[in-house]
Amino acid sequence: MQSPPADGKAISVEGLGKRFGKVVALDGISFEVAAGAVLGLLGPNGAGKTTTVRILTTILRPDQGRATVLGIDVARNSQAVRERIGLAGQYAAVDENLTGRENLRLIGRLTHQSGSVVKKRAGELIERFGLAAAADRVARTYSGGMRRRLDLAAALIHKPPVLFLDEPTTGLDPASRSELWEVIAELVADGTTLLVTTHYLEEADRLANRIIVIDGGKIIAEGTAAELKSRIGGVVVEVALADQAQAARASAALGAVGTCSLTPGGKTVEIKVSDGTRTLVNVVRILDQERLEPISLAMRESTLDDVFLTLTGHKAASNKAEPAPGGRRRSRWGEG
Amino acid sequence: MTSLGVTPSTIGRRLAWTVSDTLAITWRNLLTLVRLPQLLVFSTIEPVIFVLLFRYVFGGAITVPGVAYVDYLMPGIFVQTVAFGAVNTGVGLAEDLRKGLIERFRSLPMARSAVLAGRTLADLTRDAFVIALMCAVGFAVDFRVHTSAWAFLGAIGLLLLFAFAMTWVFALIGMWTRNAESAGAASFPIMAVLVFASSSFVPTAGMPDWLRAYADHQPVSAAADAARALVLGGPTAGKVLTSVAWSAGIIAVFSPLAVWRYQRSA
Ligand SMILES: Nc1ncnc2c1ncn2[C@@H]1O[C@H](COP(=O)(O)OP(=O)(O)OP(=O)(O)O)[C@@H](O)[C@H]1O
Ligand SMILES: [Mg+2]
Repeated sequence: MQSPPADGKAISVEGLGKRFGKVVALDGISFEVAAGAVLGLLGPNGAGKTTTVRILTTILRPDQGRATVLGIDVARNSQAVRERIGLAGQYAAVDENLTGRENLRLIGRLTHQSGSVVKKRAGELIERFGLAAAADRVARTYSGGMRRRLDLAAALIHKPPVLFLDEPTTGLDPASRSELWEVIAELVADGTTLLVTTHYLEEADRLANRIIVIDGGKIIAEGTAAELKSRIGGVVVEVALADQAQAARASAALGAVGTCSLTPGGKTVEIKVSDGTRTLVNVVRILDQERLEPISLAMRESTLDDVFLTLTGHKAASNKAEPAPGGRRRSRWGEG
Repeated sequence: MTSLGVTPSTIGRRLAWTVSDTLAITWRNLLTLVRLPQLLVFSTIEPVIFVLLFRYVFGGAITVPGVAYVDYLMPGIFVQTVAFGAVNTGVGLAEDLRKGLIERFRSLPMARSAVLAGRTLADLTRDAFVIALMCAVGFAVDFRVHTSAWAFLGAIGLLLLFAFAMTWVFALIGMWTRNAESAGAASFPIMAVLVFASSSFVPTAGMPDWLRAYADHQPVSAAADAARALVLGGPTAGKVLTSVAWSAGIIAVFSPLAVWRYQRSA
């Protein structure tokens, strides 16, 4: 494993800024990732996650600020950085006319390893990612999940000490998702430093030691998953009532339990709390005292929407254009 | 860790990598031609139709003093074919950009020029194949070389150099337009002005003066005239030098521009 720089930081970002024409994609963000640690970058569409990853993987140059990977400046010494990183971008970059195995060998050769090493490594990765049966079929015939896995395997062909995964599980079914999480956890156990972006709180929670929440190119919260959850309430208790009047009464009474808000219809009260079960008992008691009878009473994990509603006051992605599914939208204009 | 002994310490080592990276990309692009043979078939059918069309439909109406029209025509058709074939270079690169492959390549420690050089070399290989096929068709419809086999091979070499130069022009256009349709659409007017307003199909003597002034001094005419001199005889050296100079100049200008554009493509 590449020895990390003296300060033990595998990734270090200082005041990074990037704009595309009038759009400010990154507005001065700073963070650090210790060697061997996992950082989750959480944020809605257009938050600046991909832009951050592109800068750190030397694909884009920052307008402002500085970033180093293993102590090496990404803008000034990009070639040395590229030797030490692996990237699986937001959209699986596989050559459809090559087989899975040929894809891996191509990337292996381009990382300047000997033919025999590449061959062996490609074979290992094909096994590990469950692609053995399809390895000698052209990638055109692969399902979305298989492409993702092939793409991730390609990022690992030269055993990079620092790995960047941009929304690695978007578009995967739950089974493939947890399989991929397992593989990623193994890599991390082997000492790989990882930066992973995601829309899912659950995913960041599962993979990362530390989470940074970004929105509009700025860091809006930072901490461990547990810290963030206690700050924003890890659990949401939903109390649905028959009409708006009852809901308003319930909301007032339940303020003692946690932060209450009414959903757009005005008939459901949402309470964000960190301890769901205890709250549920209290909620039932209070509703009973107030002689209010809920239509339903439910408890669910916080979603990204809840996080954003709490942190920014606006709903995630609600004021941003949703990307066309699967399209490589908006990066089409070049950055000049 | 295998990737870490690789800091290029010598120029020789870096050069060796540039070559091996370029070959890896060339291999990948040639593999695409094997996997999608229709690409090759369609890029061959069109020039073959052109040969037959000019030979039998227009051939009767067009007379060129002192030489059978088919012999005049064939070098022109070759030039036209490799020039139009170069459009595929830009289209292919635009596709690679769209699919995110270029982004992945740019995160690898590979040589900056390799993606483009690998593409142009693969396209050059395709051109060589297409030209061989067209020669076969040409000979079947009475095309005759008036000089020697060596001069004929020289003409093929000259055409391939011209083809290579044109692929760099369209590599730049592909990296610029960033999508296959625009790359194709942007290429057509350029091709029309270069190929049809040239000596490829008819001598420039019959053109109005203003057009002739242009047609006599542009790279497609230069390549057609040089190839023609090599297969038909007559004054040759000056024409060959002019065409080689055009091709070398185009490569010298467009390859660095295309590589520069590649580095800025995200
Ligand atoms: N090449 C580009 N040209 C113009 N604007 C761009 C370009 N790339 C990104 N942007 C803009 O920069 C902002 C941040 O984009 P980025 O792709 O980093 O977001 P993201 O957090 O990855 O979003 P998503 O979750 O949708 O992938 C967006 O407003 C986007 O429109
Ligand atoms: Mg993104």
